[in-house]
Amino acid sequence: MVMVQRIGAVTLFLIDEMGRMFIFLLRALAWLFRPPFRITQIIKQLHFIGFKSTFVVILTATFTGMVLALQGYYSLRKFGSEGLLGSAVALSMIRELGPVLASLMVTARAGSAMTAEIGIMRITEQIDALETMAVNPLQYLITPKMVASLLAVPLLVSIFDVVGIWGGYIVGVKLLGVGAGSYWSSIESAVEWKDVYGGILKSISFGLIVSWVCCYKGFYTSLSAEGLGKATTDAVVLTSVLILIWDYFLTSVLL
Amino acid sequence: MVGVMERGKLEFTVGIFVLVGVICLGYLAIKLGKLELIGGDYYELNAEFSTTSGLKHGASVEIAGVEVGRVKHIGLKEDLALVVLAVQDGIPVYSDAIASIKTRGIIGEKFMELSPGGAGELLHNGGNIQDTESGIDLEQVISQYIHGTVE
Repeated sequence: MVMVQRIGAVTLFLIDEMGRMFIFLLRALAWLFRPPFRITQIIKQLHFIGFKSTFVVILTATFTGMVLALQGYYSLRKFGSEGLLGSAVALSMIRELGPVLASLMVTARAGSAMTAEIGIMRITEQIDALETMAVNPLQYLITPKMVASLLAVPLLVSIFDVVGIWGGYIVGVKLLGVGAGSYWSSIESAVEWKDVYGGILKSISFGLIVSWVCCYKGFYTSLSAEGLGKATTDAVVLTSVLILIWDYFLTSVLL
Repeated sequence: MVGVMERGKLEFTVGIFVLVGVICLGYLAIKLGKLELIGGDYYELNAEFSTTSGLKHGASVEIAGVEVGRVKHIGLKEDLALVVLAVQDGIPVYSDAIASIKTRGIIGEKFMELSPGGAGELLHNGGNIQDTESGIDLEQVISQYIHGTVE
């Protein structure tokens, strides 16, 4: 009896939580099309989510590209087709690793900070203060973050892709001696507009997931230091898991 | 509120970030993804093949080994394969041209080799290439060799 009751309770809780998350998303997105548009807030968030993540994105992209070239080289050498190294690096970068890894880095760097910031504003009653001053907290706090990450994540992913391909070039061509010409020409013949488009589409949806989940977890944090810590952890874990699951479904639709 | 100086600096760094991102995106889309922003640089030619034997959309079209265009569309026309080629403007192709599907190396990708001809009249946008050669079906050749029908 108790077991059945517990299963029911968990199911109801999950449905309740999912419904709240969707209503939160729809309400925040509705402010995209209604003035006032918080341009200053959007620029601030672009600076925080985009510009400040550039360094860590470049760092991870370089090493991702380098290790891909290293692994790809030793696998391809068995078949005598080292010339395909460029396309192996570029396709895995543009289709999969760029969108997923860059979004995970944004989640870890900016997403956790978003949850903590909004959560502290909730705990210290700043969000209630905004409401008292007739400023809609969703429109002032959440929507600018969503706009900024919808813009910043695709741009960060593009930087990630390009830097990663150059990282692969350094290891493949400079260290392992693959011809520079065959590296670039295999990239140009293998990569199609469809691949780039798919990667950008993925990164836009990941940008939405990051800001949506992280803002939601902060906005509805429980009102204690412990609760905020849990909310931040939950936000990062849930965002990462959702990115990877959504990536699978999107890939199966796009391919 | 942020001060004027601070805001200027903020906008500057965001500007740098957006510019770098857009340049990278453009590089991916135009240089690597071959996105054509202007459609006026190419003209289209049609060619019918009995089989396209693995020729793909976007495969290169070459004259004497030099890339002059791409395969734009592959479709069916009755029981033949209709291939639409996009050839760069200023590359003349005549009505006695021959289009053949070739393979790079023994298991490489398929591409389209054009020998542009010269005796017939100049082909314009939407023109038809009459003489076509479908690619060699390697599997068929090998099976013919095994069963002894190759002379």
